Parts: sequence; structure tokens; C-alpha cells
Amino acid sequence: MDHGIHIEGLSKRYGDGDTAVEALKDVNMRIAPGEVVGLVGPSGSGKTTLLKCLGAVIEPTRGRMTLGGEVIYDSEQGGWKTPDLRALRRDRIGFIFQAPYLIPFLDVTDNVALLPMLAGRANSASRARALDLLRALDVAHRAGAQPSELSGGEQQRVSIARALANQPPVILADEPTAPLDSQRALAVVRILNQMANQYQTAIIVVTHDEKIIPTFKRIYHIRDGRTVEEAGEGREIS
Amino acid sequence: MISLAGRDILHSWGKFVLTGIGLGLLIGATLTMAGVYRGMVDDARVLLTNSGADIWVVQKDTQGPYAESSSIRDDVYRGLLGMSGVAQAANVTYLTMQVRHGARESRSMVVGFEPGQPGEPGYLVAGRRLLRGHFEAIADVKTGFKLGERIRIRRHEYEVVGLTRRMVSSGGDPMVFIPLKDAQEAQFLKDNDAIIADRARTTANPALNRPGVPGLLDAVTASQTVNHSVNAVLVKVGAGDTAASVAQEIRRWKHVQAYTREQMEEILIAKLIATSAKQIGMFLAILTVVSAAIVAFIIYTMTLGKIREIAVLKLIGTRNRTIAGMILQQALGLGLIGFIVGKISATLWAPAFPKYVLLETADAMRALVIVMVVCALASTLAIRAALKVDPATAIGG
Repeated sequence: MDHGIHIEGLSKRYGDGDTAVEALKDVNMRIAPGEVVGLVGPSGSGKTTLLKCLGAVIEPTRGRMTLGGEVIYDSEQGGWKTPDLRALRRDRIGFIFQAPYLIPFLDVTDNVALLPMLAGRANSASRARALDLLRALDVAHRAGAQPSELSGGEQQRVSIARALANQPPVILADEPTAPLDSQRALAVVRILNQMANQYQTAIIVVTHDEKIIPTFKRIYHIRDGRTVEEAGEGREIS
Repeated sequence: MISLAGRDILHSWGKFVLTGIGLGLLIGATLTMAGVYRGMVDDARVLLTNSGADIWVVQKDTQGPYAESSSIRDDVYRGLLGMSGVAQAANVTYLTMQVRHGARESRSMVVGFEPGQPGEPGYLVAGRRLLRGHFEAIADVKTGFKLGERIRIRRHEYEVVGLTRRMVSSGGDPMVFIPLKDAQEAQFLKDNDAIIADRARTTANPALNRPGVPGLLDAVTASQTVNHSVNAVLVKVGAGDTAASVAQEIRRWKHVQAYTREQMEEILIAKLIATSAKQIGMFLAILTVVSAAIVAFIIYTMTLGKIREIAVLKLIGTRNRTIAGMILQQALGLGLIGFIVGKISATLWAPAFPKYVLLETADAMRALVIVMVVCALASTLAIRAALKVDPATAIGG
């Protein structure tokens, strides 16, 4: 498998000496393009730390990470492969948060178009891309609305569109269904599956949500900084 | 790339406009303070221009007649008229006092002048010039006096026959023009009781009441009731002569002090209103610091309210300079709104001030630049806070 996400021997230690905390211990993951996997575990198990390492916002202590077939981090070869982590996050990683965190002073279209614009694409092309995604996510009719005018489900769909805006090989979703009821939570997972399939994006969904865990075909359990892979139920979402 | 600052301002325009109005009123007060200073300088210049003189001849070793009291004999002008380069010379008196009209009073500078000579008001906005030798007056409109009203200066009443405008003292008091002889009398006119007491003292003085010298007592008593002093002589220089050279000759030969226009401006602006200018300068400095503190506080608070959005923007790849630019543009936008509100406010309320407030375009432009610089500096605190935001805070709890 040349694309998607490939993590080998990833470790992260906070602090030094007696006070050092080993948050991640030799984590290994492999997620194919178009695949959605769950990352579950109790609080303090290392989920957020793993997400921050994958999101290039903190530096792992050891290991190797590959995104879309390109090594982005290798502790054996000096760490990050690019000094511009901001551009790495912008172009190669999509983020979906627990709350949508849309920019309140931009309308729906510009919330999505902002990423391509930041990447240097023309405003018109960026907005066209945003509208395509909004159509795909069935929120194009709210394209000119302000985020505050949207329902929770609509806001989360817009945030998914934003994550897809620069066609990243990977999307990191941090408890994206936490504030939603069962029906809306399952709808979001269905959309994530559709988008992963349609755009061949690997998606990691960090979740505690018992409603959506049975929908994953593969699940990584994380406990005390170590991951264990197991097959999920892969239950169909009606 | 879309303007993040512009969108944020449009999104919360109500907050921005209200904040801008608050800041604008402060800027308006600052502009007005500058206008008060400019008004004082302009009053001083207008005072000199309206006098119609090229040279001010005053008592030796004084800086009169506006900055210090000056007293010279009223026949000095005759000697000046005989000098080369002097085209016109006229006596003039200045006396600041409360001029009464019924129960109303106006603090005014009473000017004694000779019609047709330097010192006469250059133009009237209503009425006529003085035609009689006594008890007529021309008043500046700021006194509030109307044509035909009778005003009281010391013991005498004067009829207002003409009105003029922008004739004020260096202190901003409006002027009332009366005939020179009346003004000379008014300067030293005493009440009847004081005159009787003075005469009794003179009569009781054996040096002045000498039986062997008949008429001495009467002569001394008469001299006490007549004033032969004026405050200055205003000189017009003839064509082909310079004020500096003529003033030099007057100083050399007449034992008096003579100032040119430039020297009088120096006395009025650099000396007479210097303390007021420093006072206003202090106010301006304080208002500038207060404005900067308010802008810094507002922008900082607004930025803290957007910490989560800033973390998300940084996480999704927004450059630091884009975020700094957004905050800077908001600070400048606030400054611009504040300046516009301030300029409009100052223009609207300036005429209501009792003293002349001169709002100069150049001052407004300077204020705009200062406001923008202050806003830019004030935004650095908020920019620092924004740049310190860790994008990792957008992930997890």
C-alpha cells in the first residue's frame, strides 16, 4: 500500500528524567486511501497526542510517518521532512473538530474556500471548489449563510467540506459526532465514508461515541499509549 | 485572498462602529485641543493684521502693548511722523475690562483709536464707522451687542453704531472700539469720591498749595484729571522702506521701543501664549496616550475573543503574517472610523466654543497619520497574543 497513512514505531515522550511521561509507545497504523477507521480509547490513553503528531502540531520523539506515499517524519533522518509544517497541514491534512469551529465572520462558501485561497489558488477557483464540495455534502443551499445561521448538523457538514477543500490524502476527525444526536451522528459517519470513497482520502475518526463505533470496519484501540488493531463490525448505516 | 479583517469588521460592524464612535469622540477632543491652540495663534495674528500697522512703538524696555503694559505720551506720534520712512502714525490704547449692557456683561478689550488711522477696524459687517468724536462704539459680534444698544464703559454710555467680526485680543476677548480721547479718559477715570479725595490731598500738600504761587494748585489739579498717555503708537511704513530699518531708526532716536510685525508675532506666539501652548501640548500627549491605551485594550479584548478561531486558522495553515495583518487592519480600521467620527465631531462642536477653534486640514492629516501609527502600535499587544496561540489547542480538549 503506497498511499494513505502509514505509521511505524511512533513514540512521544513528554518531559525528561523522573517526570517523563510516555504518551505514545511504538504505535503502528496503516490506513488505505478511501478507508475510514476508528481510533478509540479511554481518556488519557494518548488519542489526542497521536492526533497532534499526525497533524504535525507536535513532534514525535521517535518513529516514522508517511502521508499519501510521502514520508513526512522520520526520527532516524532528522525528524520532519519539511520545515514548513503550516504548509504541510494546509495542503496534506484535513481537520474536523469536535465542534465545527467555523470562522464566524466568513460565510459558508468562504469558510470552505479559505483553504484553497491560503494555498494560493485564485478566489474564483477556490469558491468553485467550495461550492462543489457543498453540493456533494448537500449544504449548497446554505452557501451564502453565516455559520451562526446553520444547524449543528449543517455546520459539521461544512467543516467536513473545509477539511476536504485542498484534497488532502488524510483527514483527522476529532470526535466529530460528540455534540450530535444518534441520527445526525450516523449521518455524519455516512458522509465521511462517502467522502473517503469519493475523494480517496484516508480518515481517522477519534471517538468515544458508542453509536458510531459499530460502523467502522477497522478500529484501533489505544490504551496507555499503545495501539491494538481489531476488526470492527462495519455495520451498514441505513 | 479575502480580507479576513474586512469580513470580521462587516460581521460585527455594530461593535466596531460603537467602539469607533467612542474612540472618535476622544479623537475629536484631541483635534479640538489642537484647534484651540491654532485658534490662539490665529487670534494673535489677526490682532496684528487688524491693527493695520507695520511697526508698534511702545514704552522703552517693555514688550507692550499686548504682552506687557506700556505707556507713552500721546505726542510721541508727532515726532514719529517727522521721521523718514514713516507714512502714518497713530495713537492707540488697549484696556481689557467688563463692558456692561443693562444686566449683561461682556469681557472685552476696549480699543481707543483715531478714525482713518491705523488701529481702526478694517471692515464692518453691519452699521457704520464712528462719525462723532465721543460716545460711539463699534463692537465685535462676539460681544453679543446689537446695533443701537447702549453699552457702559466706566462712567459713560456709548451707542453701538457698527459691528465687526474676528476682532479679538490675544486672549480671545472680543474688541469694542471707541474714540481715542474717550479711551484715554476711561483708562484713568475715577469715581467722583476718589476725585474729591485726590483734590483734598493735593490742596493739603504745602508743596503744591503755595500761597506765593497763584494758579499752581489749579494747574496741578487739572493735570490730575487729564490723561496724556497712550499704550502704543501704530506706524505705517512708506513705500520703498522696510519696517526693520524704520524701527531701527525709531529705537535709535526716540528713546522708545519699536517692534516690527515679525517681532510682535514672536512676542505674542512664542511668549504670550507659550504657557497655554505647553498646557495644550500636555493635554494632547495625555489624550494620545489614553487613545492608544483604549485602542490597545479594545483590540486585545477582541483578539482574545477569537483565540479559538485563531488556533483553527493556524492549524489549517494560515500564515502568522496573515493573522497579524488581520489584527493590524482591524486596529487601523478602528482608527479610521475613530478619526472620521472625531473630525466630524470636532467640526460640529468647534463653533460652540467661546474661543476661536481653528481646525486646519494639515492638522487633521497629521492627526490621521498619528492615529494610524498609534493604532498600529497599539495592535502589537494583540498580535503578540495571537502569535502565541498554539494551533494544537484546536485539537482535543
